[in-house]
Amino acid sequence: MAIGVKVLKRPTAQTSYLRASVRGMALTFSHIFRPKVTMQYPEEKGSKDWTMSSRWRGTHRMLTDEQGRAKCVACGLCPQICPANCIKLVPGEDEEGNRYPLIYEIDEFRCVFCGYCQEVCPEEAIHVGWHYENAEYSRDRFVYDLERLCAQTHPVSTLWDPADPKGE
Amino acid sequence: MSPTLFFLLTSVVKMLVVFTVIMVGVALMTLVERRLCAFMQDRLGPNRVGPFGLLQPAADGLKNILKEETYPAQAEPWLFVLAPAISFTPALLTFAVIPFAAPLATKWGVVPMVVADLPVGFLYILAISSLGVYGIVLAGWASNNKYALLGGLRASAQMISYEIAMGMSTVAVLLLAGNVTLSQVVAQQQLSRTWNIVPLFIGFVIFLVSALAETNRVPFDLPEAEGELIAGYHTEYSSMKFSMFYIAEYSNMLTASALMATLYFGGWDVPFVTWNAAQGLAWWQVLVTLVAFCAKTSFFIFLYMWIRWTLPRFRYDQLMSLGWKVMLPIALIYLTLLGGAIWYLRVQLGWSYGPKFAWALAGLNLVLAVIQLWVLDRGRIVSGTAARRTA
Repeated sequence: MAIGVKVLKRPTAQTSYLRASVRGMALTFSHIFRPKVTMQYPEEKGSKDWTMSSRWRGTHRMLTDEQGRAKCVACGLCPQICPANCIKLVPGEDEEGNRYPLIYEIDEFRCVFCGYCQEVCPEEAIHVGWHYENAEYSRDRFVYDLERLCAQTHPVSTLWDPADPKGE
Repeated sequence: MSPTLFFLLTSVVKMLVVFTVIMVGVALMTLVERRLCAFMQDRLGPNRVGPFGLLQPAADGLKNILKEETYPAQAEPWLFVLAPAISFTPALLTFAVIPFAAPLATKWGVVPMVVADLPVGFLYILAISSLGVYGIVLAGWASNNKYALLGGLRASAQMISYEIAMGMSTVAVLLLAGNVTLSQVVAQQQLSRTWNIVPLFIGFVIFLVSALAETNRVPFDLPEAEGELIAGYHTEYSSMKFSMFYIAEYSNMLTASALMATLYFGGWDVPFVTWNAAQGLAWWQVLVTLVAFCAKTSFFIFLYMWIRWTLPRFRYDQLMSLGWKVMLPIALIYLTLLGGAIWYLRVQLGWSYGPKFAWALAGLNLVLAVIQLWVLDRGRIVSGTAARRTA
């Protein structure tokens, strides 16, 4: 060893390659009959050992009120806080002075799924959700408009609570 | 039907059948290897294509055929193309002399169930199986890639080192059989009703280890060591040419397993059955012997895979010292002692070969195995450089 490699002293009297090999092979053989841990994905999407975290942040969902309108009041906080700048919001106002979004689009390709939009939303309207199977045939299908956001039905993720950081 | 025509006809049929069975067997072995590896790692492995994933090899083959063939700019064009074929052919050639079932009696004559019952059977195997290394070395050199070249170099060094121990260990079988024709080796084991594993089990262990090295399987897979050499000699190969190396590896494995079964485990001999195979057997008996042969071969294939997914790879210096300082001396000493014992039993005591003879030799093997396990294998057979420096 030309360079300064530290050579550890190992016991020579008690070591046996053959016996160690045989023991290793017994171990691998016993594993053949053990239960398998593979989750066969498209058919199984969870098991008793593994479920998705309640704080998983997937694609968005816009919650609606009793009349089926989006809860959004177009306050403009979410496009403001969005670090990826992926939310497009054009506010509108009706005769009674209620603000509502004329255009509300989220580009899911640009989104980094930080969940700030959900945290900042004063009306608890926009949420990130549990949905993660997002394959589409074209890129522009990934710009979700208001109608599509309202039509999502998947569960929404829970916010991280600083008082209870591990979610207990 | 004239004897010549009959011979030609049966030979052609045997060739076609053996070739097909080997190719299908190799395809299935790639699947079995992956499934078994997965099972040993508590996974399921490929089980999507067809029932139990049985069509996976077909899917892989189709993929490999459709893939782009890449040629490195600086590669030697002829040898680069030739190398996969060179490594692939000997692997298939070797199987020609292995008897895979008892001879079949037909009304036109006895059909030996071996493609070519060469009188020099065993020498042929030793000669052809060492040709396989040319394919690997040429692949490594022709790729003009440093990793490939290193892989090729390692392969040649390794094969040369272990070829000798392998040859030595099998001389013991020939000493007992007194003949190098493989069908005679099987017949001797069948007639004496004692497989060669009994009188020669140390020889078998030497043969097993050398065969692992000869076929470049773990723990001797240094020529393709992923961690060090990317993929070794086949780094630059893609598409079907890459697949050829795979087929070569697995058919080598198949042949080595069949050879172990033939030399040490009685070949097609069915245990606890005394059939006189000299005049050929009926078709159902031949079928039973074929099943026996396949079962033995499959067991060794399983052993190969089992070892592969258990043991880590040797370091290069460990490989060389195991080959030259351990395997070769053990094989030489073993051969000398065994030759002496056979001479003593045969000439001095006048015994002829039979179960008593075999068990007497087994006693000698047992003594030697005890010495090997309890005295020699104490940090000496495989140890780090550090251990050897301090020793």
